[in-house]
Amino acid sequence: MSLDKEFKEIPGTIIFDAEQSRKGYWLNQFCMSLMKAENRERFKANERAYLDEWKMTEDQKQAVMARDLNAMMALGGNIYFLSKIGATDGKSFQQMAGSMTGMSEEAYRDMMINGGRSIEGNRRIGEHGDAQRTNKDK
Amino acid sequence: MARITASVYSSHIPAVGAAFDLGKTHEPYWQKVFSGYDFSKQWEKEQKPDVIFLVYNDHATAFSLSMIPTFAIMTGPEFQPADEGYGRRPVPPVIGHPELASHIASEVIQKDFDLTIVNEIDVDHGLTVPMTCMFGKVDAWPCKVIPFAVNVVQHPVPSGARCFALGQAIRAAIESYPEDINVQVWGTGGMSHQLQGPRAGLINRDWDNEFLDRLIDDPEGLSKMPNIDYVREAGSEGIELVMWLIARGAMADTRGGPKPKVAHRFYHVPASNTAVGHLILENA
Ligand SMILES: [Fe+2]
Repeated sequence: MSLDKEFKEIPGTIIFDAEQSRKGYWLNQFCMSLMKAENRERFKANERAYLDEWKMTEDQKQAVMARDLNAMMALGGNIYFLSKIGATDGKSFQQMAGSMTGMSEEAYRDMMINGGRSIEGNRRIGEHGDAQRTNKDK
Repeated sequence: MARITASVYSSHIPAVGAAFDLGKTHEPYWQKVFSGYDFSKQWEKEQKPDVIFLVYNDHATAFSLSMIPTFAIMTGPEFQPADEGYGRRPVPPVIGHPELASHIASEVIQKDFDLTIVNEIDVDHGLTVPMTCMFGKVDAWPCKVIPFAVNVVQHPVPSGARCFALGQAIRAAIESYPEDINVQVWGTGGMSHQLQGPRAGLINRDWDNEFLDRLIDDPEGLSKMPNIDYVREAGSEGIELVMWLIARGAMADTRGGPKPKVAHRFYHVPASNTAVGHLILENA
């Protein structure tokens, strides 16, 4: 039984399923390698060379070097894995999540303090909420 | 015989652990979060549990894509707090209960819940942050802990109904353990939050509170809610809330016993990207 197609009809959201997991396998496993301090050092010293050690696609490597989290998600990344890149860069989870919304860090933080993003208009693609941009729009 | 006296439900937000470790608990932003656990710390001092059966999920810490167990029970003697990329949290090691854990594994596997058995694992914020919220700063945790991990990272993740039924089986297993010990069952994660994509920052206060109401009064009905509803209404990471149904399934009323007493209920937005929910139910 494949996953309910309704999962694909949520705006601004990528569901990490078996298909995304296959696509992003080495991207995510590269991220896991950053849990070790010596790997973080090697990555920071020469990102391209470190990425070339992994069986990642060129698109995935470019997305990592550009720190484009939405692109990494579309290419099979999972946020819990991608967060290791943020940790390597000294970024908080709030900075990482906010960077995917097109909002400034301050605007995102203020939105959270004021109760977060509303669900209204953001349940299904085609409604009129503020999360209806696809992940590829900037 | 072992007794389940209470169940505890709590978010397990990494930033809450960081705020605690960095001594920021009195800053107004964090004080509002930690105040929700003042009652709970006092309550735990009085309850003195011997063992906590603690349901959480690993966040690409010990399990990568190389292994994704749907349900994993930790039967080892000791577990270290994990380095999640920011260094290990300065909290004590978690002491397991191999005898009770093995007993539970043996009982529920024979009831057709095919658990993965894990003996060596580092435990991440999903487990250590609720421990900090409930016990504060300690040199050693005051009780033993059986970690129990659920896959909520790669879909399909287990349904609420399966989690609820598993909780019922865990209850029967614990109650058939011959030693007279006080056991709590905890469910962690949630509440509404989404950490990815243009919809990041989603919070659904009404849905969260209805979830709490139904968890208290109609857990079996709630357990039938399909996973798509969690993701759509509570955000892509809100799916963690299915884990609360394991703890709820372990309460006496799910097998004809009396309704539990609500000892404490707390809800606050935000902590970082997330809605904080916390509930304590006592078996009568
Ligand atoms: Fe979590």
